[in-house]
Amino acid sequence: MKQRYSIFSLVRNALNYHADWQEAWRSPDPKPAYDVIIIGGGGHGLATAYYLAKEHGITNVAILEKGWIGGGNTGRNTTIVRSNYLWDESAHLYEHALKLWEGLSQDLNYNVMFSQRGIMNLAHTVHDMQALRRRVYAIQLNGIDSEILTPAQIKELVPMLDCSPNARYPIMGASFQRRGGTARHDAVAWGYARGADERGVDIIQNCEVTGFKIVNGTVQGVETTRGFIGAKKVGVVVAGHSGVIAGMAGFRLPLESHPLQALVSEPIKPILDTVVMSPQVHVYVSQSDKGELVLGAGIDAFNSYAQAGSPPIVENQLNALCDLFPAFSRLRMMRQWGGIVDTCPDASPIIGKTPVQNLFINCGWGTGGFKATPGSGNVFAHTIARGEPHPLAVPFALERFTTGYLIDEHGAAGVAH
Amino acid sequence: MFLITCPYCGARDEHEFGYGHEAHIVRPTPAEYEQMSDAEWAQYLFMRKNPKGVHFERWVHTKGCRRWFNVARHTVTHEILAVYEMGKPAPQIDTEKK
Repeated sequence: MKQRYSIFSLVRNALNYHADWQEAWRSPDPKPAYDVIIIGGGGHGLATAYYLAKEHGITNVAILEKGWIGGGNTGRNTTIVRSNYLWDESAHLYEHALKLWEGLSQDLNYNVMFSQRGIMNLAHTVHDMQALRRRVYAIQLNGIDSEILTPAQIKELVPMLDCSPNARYPIMGASFQRRGGTARHDAVAWGYARGADERGVDIIQNCEVTGFKIVNGTVQGVETTRGFIGAKKVGVVVAGHSGVIAGMAGFRLPLESHPLQALVSEPIKPILDTVVMSPQVHVYVSQSDKGELVLGAGIDAFNSYAQAGSPPIVENQLNALCDLFPAFSRLRMMRQWGGIVDTCPDASPIIGKTPVQNLFINCGWGTGGFKATPGSGNVFAHTIARGEPHPLAVPFALERFTTGYLIDEHGAAGVAH
Repeated sequence: MFLITCPYCGARDEHEFGYGHEAHIVRPTPAEYEQMSDAEWAQYLFMRKNPKGVHFERWVHTKGCRRWFNVARHTVTHEILAVYEMGKPAPQIDTEKK
């Protein structure tokens, strides 16, 4: 049984110089076989295992992580959470996730520091405004909160923003989702890992999958750097390396892997209490609780598995930042890093079955997977447990590239992560 | 960031170039259209190799001569292993060494 985290446990452990905290999760050796193996110990994989145990009673589960928990894209994203997607299919999926976010800290007994500080998408042209109105009305019709702000309202919410009509890219309006915001990404991984471990899931780090055992088109287990591990079902949740894993199982995916980078500034006093995005000038920025500005923008155009981005991308997004917030031109940037994202032709994820029996995949989240973490894990756990896709995941099956039923979310996902 | 040697202009900075994604994807002929299943169309239109290793890809010298060419590039080190003209077959590259 895990000790419950609370203000009292914090005080009690403080009196003991924090020497008696229980380990958050075990590091067991792999068993010879499991009911379900999840490949990939990122947020989505950990959430999948957590909901498999919690909602479907499947606890004989292993998570295989080639590195360490929270060391991949889960710890590299810009922590933004929102559900303002255009199409019904995506709106329902991301809203499912947002509703889970709203109760996540309580559910996990782990403070994921989910902060619904609102998220603002700026419009700089007449055409931006037209597209923005269409999007906001579509979102409202799906029962999701979204509103249009005038430049005066924007200026009131974000005084540092250059809202003058003489700006190089004048701000004509914005969409605003008040329930959107940020969460602490490491805590999401750690909270799900702790919750899954408590329910009996084995989290096996430093264990890289090197191949599959497939007999008569049905997966039997995985070859790893720690030997063969048998499994009745396998779920693949490996983001940028999805194509590599699919190659081991003998099929191809409609994915390309690209570096997406982010950077943080030196910490400053509170200056920005919401998330600001500009799809046109192309930057998005929020301020962390430590005071750092966290910003990001686009991917490198070329395929890459190097976890670093190109300098021209950094230059473009810093130009954009200084255009929008002239005062930020005096800031120094402290750290810059990259993660590998798996982009799909329609900028929507792939969740469901694969050509191999009992092998399931959850990938293609591209540049915007973090916000979906709880919802993605929740619907994928259902898909693995039942062997049939969760109703919300049905439109996101791999078959959509054969049927042509694409879910084009470039407008929602192409910029904002 | 890396330098790309345009076969027509020489070595230039990466940001002078546009990326054309995977090379050597053969468009079906009109005679084949009628015979192809939706799954075969999906393979042609959407499915990609996306290797972790040597990738054969197309680039265009957008801010230079504006001509297209093929490149063999390693997707982890970004090392460019070959540059060759459009229409030429992919060169043999010893992937074990890289």
